Amino acid sequence: MGIPTFKGYRRENGRVGIRNHVVILPVDDISNAACEAVANNIKGTLALPHAYGRLQFGEDLELFFRTMIGTGSNPNVAACVVIGIEPGWTQRIVDGIAKTGKPVKGFSIERFGDIKTIAAASVQAKEYMHWASELQREECRLDEVYISVKCGESDTTTGLGSCPAVGNVIDKSVAQGATASFGETSELTGGEHIVRAKAASPEVAEAFMKVWTSYNEMIFKEKTDDLSESQPTKGNIRGGLTTIEEKALGNIEKLGKKTKFVGVLKPAEAPSGKGLWFMDTSSAAAEAVTLWAASGAVVHLFPTGQGNVIGNPIEPVIKLSANPVTCTTMSEHIDLDVSAILRGEMTVDQAGDRLLDVMLRTCGGRLTAAEVLGHREFVMTKLYRSA
Amino acid sequence: MHDEKDDVGVAVIDIKAGQAVQGKALHGNAAPKLTALMDIPLGHKIALRDFKPGDTVTKYGCDIGKVVAAIKTGEHVHVHNLKTKRW
Repeated sequence: MGIPTFKGYRRENGRVGIRNHVVILPVDDISNAACEAVANNIKGTLALPHAYGRLQFGEDLELFFRTMIGTGSNPNVAACVVIGIEPGWTQRIVDGIAKTGKPVKGFSIERFGDIKTIAAASVQAKEYMHWASELQREECRLDEVYISVKCGESDTTTGLGSCPAVGNVIDKSVAQGATASFGETSELTGGEHIVRAKAASPEVAEAFMKVWTSYNEMIFKEKTDDLSESQPTKGNIRGGLTTIEEKALGNIEKLGKKTKFVGVLKPAEAPSGKGLWFMDTSSAAAEAVTLWAASGAVVHLFPTGQGNVIGNPIEPVIKLSANPVTCTTMSEHIDLDVSAILRGEMTVDQAGDRLLDVMLRTCGGRLTAAEVLGHREFVMTKLYRSA
Repeated sequence: MHDEKDDVGVAVIDIKAGQAVQGKALHGNAAPKLTALMDIPLGHKIALRDFKPGDTVTKYGCDIGKVVAAIKTGEHVHVHNLKTKRW
């Protein structure tokens, strides 16, 4: 059997995207209004308002630029308009995105005001929309796809059914040359020895343990109790998960049975090659998916137990659940029901095949539940307070 | 059950107190039979043995925390009697 194909967008730098967005990207919180006005003027464009971009410094500032440039560079984005309060950081982000070869232009508000800036940026965004709307999908292969995986509002059914189904897709697609990434650093606690054993080399294992230990030390520094109701969440507990160890062991099922991970990424850092990568991320869904989208991931596999409804503006989020109550009461959010695993009527391998099919259809243009329902959670990770 | 070494099982349907329960391991041949002493909602854990405070609970063949209140075979295992060892 050959490598599965789908119709995607091959970008100027050769990377494959599955959506064709024209993004209006604010550099900072105070440029959100202008970006939203442009997106309102020019139908089909997508503004990505966020809370940050001012007075950040050090590693937190580096992460900010990586997230902004990575978001504009994502292959699901055809073209990008960047608006910031002043021209310096605006141009830094434009220059970063321009390295992909895609159309990108920056506008700054000081010495023009919102109204003139919005007018000029709208003219540019309109040109980009006409151009992007004529781009054609072409045949692309599974090995050109970068997949991210993370679960949310997990319960015990996630570890029994939906996470193993994702792990099965990771095994199948990485074996065929795809790129993939997992993260949720804090949520590997209790299973970190298992993750460590899945590293492709002693150096990768050591790099992973260093990142995990650092995150765990941060939790010990800040914690005021055993984190019960935060991690695991109140929803996790309602679904039957009791401790972080139990949650982690279910989470890790997403890594697959056979696949080794080849490297460790900083938050929002792009993988430098194919295979499965660990990324240091928060375990909060919207924050984590935003980081993966900024690292270039084009499709996300999201197992849920109790029913996390998250989406991302540029990276489609495919939801699957093995909880029959969630699949019934929240069916509009679920792209794939694998609750038959719990009844012994579906194997994990069969669930993996169905998920791979849904993923390839999504890559070919099928809209996910989160996209149709308008979930566009763009949440940047901030490492510490601004200066 | 995930692993035959596990000493808790996961209810894959709503279990009522007094109901006879047949367990099944995903990995291994364990197939415990017991009676539920409490209602165990779908997704929640049932004790497959008696536990005393300080005991370790095993699921996925791994340590998932410590017992903080005695548990009888067939009782509900959750935040009232099981806590993390990590945080």
